[in-house]
This record gives sequence, structure tokens and C-alpha cells, in this order.
Amino acid sequence: MSSELIQTYFPVFVFLLLAIGMSGVMIGLSFLLAKQKPDAEKLSPYECGFDPFSDARHKFDVRFYLVSILFIIFDLEIAFLFPWAVSLGAIGMFGFWSMMVFLGVLTIGFIYEWRKGALEWE
Amino acid sequence: MEMTSLYPVASEIFLACAGMLLLLWGATAGEKSTGAITVATGIAFIIAIFMAGHYETAKAVVMGGHVGSNAYVLFIKVLLLLSALASLVLSQHFLKSSKLSRPEYPVLVLFATLGMMLMVSAESLLGLYMGLELQSLTLYVLAAFRRDNAKSSESGLKYFVLGALASGLLLYGISLIYGGSGTILFGMLHEVVTADKPPVELVLGFVFILAAMAFKISAVPFHMWTPDVYEGAPTPVTAFFAAAPKLAGIALLIKLLYGPFHGLLAQSTPIILVLSVASMTLGAFAAIAQSNIKRMMAYSSIGHVGFALVGLVAGGQEGVQATLLYLLIYLPMTLGAFGIILSLRRDGVYLEQISDLAGLSKTRPALAAIMTVFMFSMMGIPPLAGFFSKFYVFLAVVEARYVWLAVLGVCLSVVGAYYYLRIIKIMYFDKQMEGFQRVPGWGVASLLGVTVLFILTLAVKPDWALSITHDAAKALIG
Repeated sequence: MSSELIQTYFPVFVFLLLAIGMSGVMIGLSFLLAKQKPDAEKLSPYECGFDPFSDARHKFDVRFYLVSILFIIFDLEIAFLFPWAVSLGAIGMFGFWSMMVFLGVLTIGFIYEWRKGALEWE
Repeated sequence: MEMTSLYPVASEIFLACAGMLLLLWGATAGEKSTGAITVATGIAFIIAIFMAGHYETAKAVVMGGHVGSNAYVLFIKVLLLLSALASLVLSQHFLKSSKLSRPEYPVLVLFATLGMMLMVSAESLLGLYMGLELQSLTLYVLAAFRRDNAKSSESGLKYFVLGALASGLLLYGISLIYGGSGTILFGMLHEVVTADKPPVELVLGFVFILAAMAFKISAVPFHMWTPDVYEGAPTPVTAFFAAAPKLAGIALLIKLLYGPFHGLLAQSTPIILVLSVASMTLGAFAAIAQSNIKRMMAYSSIGHVGFALVGLVAGGQEGVQATLLYLLIYLPMTLGAFGIILSLRRDGVYLEQISDLAGLSKTRPALAAIMTVFMFSMMGIPPLAGFFSKFYVFLAVVEARYVWLAVLGVCLSVVGAYYYLRIIKIMYFDKQMEGFQRVPGWGVASLLGVTVLFILTLAVKPDWALSITHDAAKALIG
């Protein structure tokens, strides 16, 4: 193995050591210092409010779908905003106002779902 | 960017802004605002017609080459807006009496119409896809608008699943075309396709796009969804489905055939021929067995799509003109027939079964007479408008030396005449059933008046219809 390769990947190695070290410290300290009173509920695996080991074909509350669909719109908006923010210098005022129009349309959708009560769980 | 460069799509931009404002209005004011929002949507359609008519006669391509306009697009857009307006009028009393009166309904119709307008204005495959999806997604919601009804929800879901498959085919075709040509702009595609030997991916991609378009216009063998969706959707939504999206789909198909893929006409004409013959045949035979009037109208619309495609088999400016004339006459016939269906209500339930029409000539003679006019026109009996639409497509196809297709078409319209005549027979000769309730309101009545006047008088003065379809076809091909 050439020394050049080791040099290129040295920062990755440092990050790896830091990550293992920090997570080890966090788990270790909470294992040593925290009070431990295990019961059945605390020891059971947890998966978004559902029992993780059951039949996959079972009824979900339709509200989960609503929340996830509303989430995905704004998630995609963020994915769209990042490249826009990075390239704003190159695309100028036209690019800026194009995004403002897009955000305006999105805001109207947001106001609609808010007024319709789609964001309230109960 | 100059603001004036947006003039060719001003009507679309206006409708988009109006739709968003109306959506906000509906969300803040609640269900009691439905009536006002419906009226406002109707006014927005009328303004959009004038805006479209005012700006766009010259050829123009804007927004980085993704949308554009010419006299052909303008013609289709005005027809689309008129049929959307008509189906909005048709829906009024039905929605109120079925407790479906929500502000979302007119807004969804508006956005669907906007999607169709973008579809026909598209000058790139991306613009086309955007318009098509805006149209499709709103139509899925409209089909399932009566969401506490199992049939309506089923029809929405069925339409969505199959429509998503068609969109997948379309996107796959687009990706193949982009891979083969390196562009999605219609103008540049035209050059690549008309080159000596277009790459095979282009032909393959175009076949996928044709399949997706055949699904959208419900041409056989991509028609499976149509009867179920038409039956399950609320009746005014069915009326909308039978009119505007068919027009938009066929208009887009024509634009693709004679725009970017003009060089592939030799390959695409046999496909159109098969679609046309299969649709005419299935439409004629399958409608005979139906007892639900909305299912019958679904098969009837499949048959009409087949007849309209006959003009495209003929091809050229005359063929396209014949198809446009067919659509121009098909729209008022269909909307009018649905106007009759939406005028007949018994015990709070609108007409569903054909047998319920029994003895209509005694209880509601005027409606029975108007329905007779529509049925005769759909059969193609002279001197009604429906005769001219069939006459011109068959004339075009005979001139293009496909005499056998014209003969087959005439034979199939004789077969189709059976189920139209059956409705007339049931109305006039079957034993009278208890009368229908009167459906109040001037909207449906005036729509019936306008459409029946159109059907009856086109024979007297056909010049204007021939001249506007001629101009539209010339703008596309000439």
C-alpha cells in the first residue's frame, strides 16, 4: 500500500476513530451512570407505535398517510432549495424570483391544508 | 425575461393564479362559499377564453421552448374551456342534491382544464408530461369525489392505478426518445426524426408514447378502465370525462403525430389504424349489452374515439380537419346527452338504468324529443350534425384510398345504431313508469337548448365549422 493512499484516506480514518470513540463513550457512560429499572414495556423493541413483530398486512390509521404525504412535499421543497441556494450567484434575479413563485404556490397549498385541519391529529 | 414573451400562455397563467386564489377562498370561507366559487370559476373560464382569443394567433414558443401557441392550440384551448364551462353548469344541481357541494369541486375542474391546456400547448416532452399529470391527478380525485360511496372510490382508485401505469409507459417512452436523440424539445426532435434514418430507440419510444395516449383517450385495447370509471364516478364528472379529456388527448395525439414525430408517420399510421378499427368495433358491439346508461355512454365514447381516429388514418390536412370537425360535433352531442341524464331524477336518485327511461315521451315529452335528437345525431342520421362528422371522416379516408375502412366504419355505425335506437324505443313505446321529479335551475335547460340548436342547425350553416377546423388544421400542418 502506497503512503500516498494512506495520506489521502487519513482524515477518513480519524473520523472513523472519533465516531467509534464518541458512540462508545455515550453508550458506556449511560450504561455505567444511569439508573436502570427495566420492565417489559421498556425492553420491547419500538417501531413508530407499532408492534414490530406481527403480520405486515394490517390496517394503518389513514392519518399516517396524510402526515407522510404532507411531509414529502416539504421534504422535496428542501431538496429543491439546496441546489438553488448554492447556485443563486449564477442564476441571478430571475432564478431568485422563480423560486419565490414556487414557494408562493407551495405556501398556498400549506395554507389550504392548515385551514382544512389536515395538520391536527385529533 | 420580457413579460410580453409570456403572452402566448397568458390564459394558462391567469387560470393558475385564479385557481390558487379560489382554493384559498374555499379553504377560508368553508362550504357555504361553494356557489360563489363555482360562479367565479365560470367567470375565470370565460375570461380565459377571451385572453386566449386575444393574444395567440401567431406561432410562438416561449419559456425556454417548453410551451407555445398557434392557431391550432388556440382552437383546442377554446373548445376545452367551453366544455369545462358546460360541465360545470351541468354539475350544479346534482352536487347540491347529492350533498357533494364543496368548494374543491370547481377548483379541481379548473386545475384539470389548466392541465389539459398545458398539454396541448406543450412544445417539449417535459411540458407535455407536466400538463398530462396535472390533468390526470385532478381527474382521479374528481372520479372519487363521492368518497363515502364504494363505487366512486373504486372508480377513482382504478383510474389512478391504471393511469399511473400509462404515465409510466409515457415516461419510459420519453426516456428512450431522450436517449436516442439527446433532446426533449419538439422543434429539435422534428429535425432528428426527419433525418434519413431515425434511431430505433426513437421509434420504440414513440410507440410507448402512443400507447399512453391511447390509454388517455380510451382507445381499444387500452380502454379497460373506461366503463368502470364512467359508471362509478358521479354523473357530472362522467360528463366532464367524456368531453374535455378526450378532446385534449386526441388533440395532443394529433400534435405529436404532425409535430415532432412527423417523420414517423409511416410507422404510426398502422398503429392508429388498428386502434381505430378496434375501438369502433368494440364500441359498437359492447354497448349493446349494457343496462346502465353511463356504461353505455362509456362504450359509445370509445366508439366515437374510433371514428375520430379514422380521420387520422387518412392523414394530411383534410384528415386532421375531419377529426377536428368530428370532435367539435362530438362535444355538444355528449354534453347534451349527459344534460338529459342529469335532468331526470326519481326519489332523489338520478337516472342510472336505461330501462328507467320507459315512457319518457308521455311524462316529459320535451326531454324525450331532445334526447331523440342527440341519439339520432350520434347514430349519424342526416341532416343532424352527427351525420356531417361521420361524413367528413369517411370522405377523408376514401380520398386517402382506404375505401374498405370507410365501408367498415359505415357498417359498424349501423351496428351502433341499434343501442341508440333502443333508447328511443324505450322512451316512446315502452310502458310508462312513474314520472321524474323536476330538476330546477336554468343552467342545464339552457345548455340543452344551445347544444340541440347546434346539432339541428349545423346542416343549414356548416361553413363556419368547416372554416375554423380548416384554419386549425392548416396552422398545424400547412
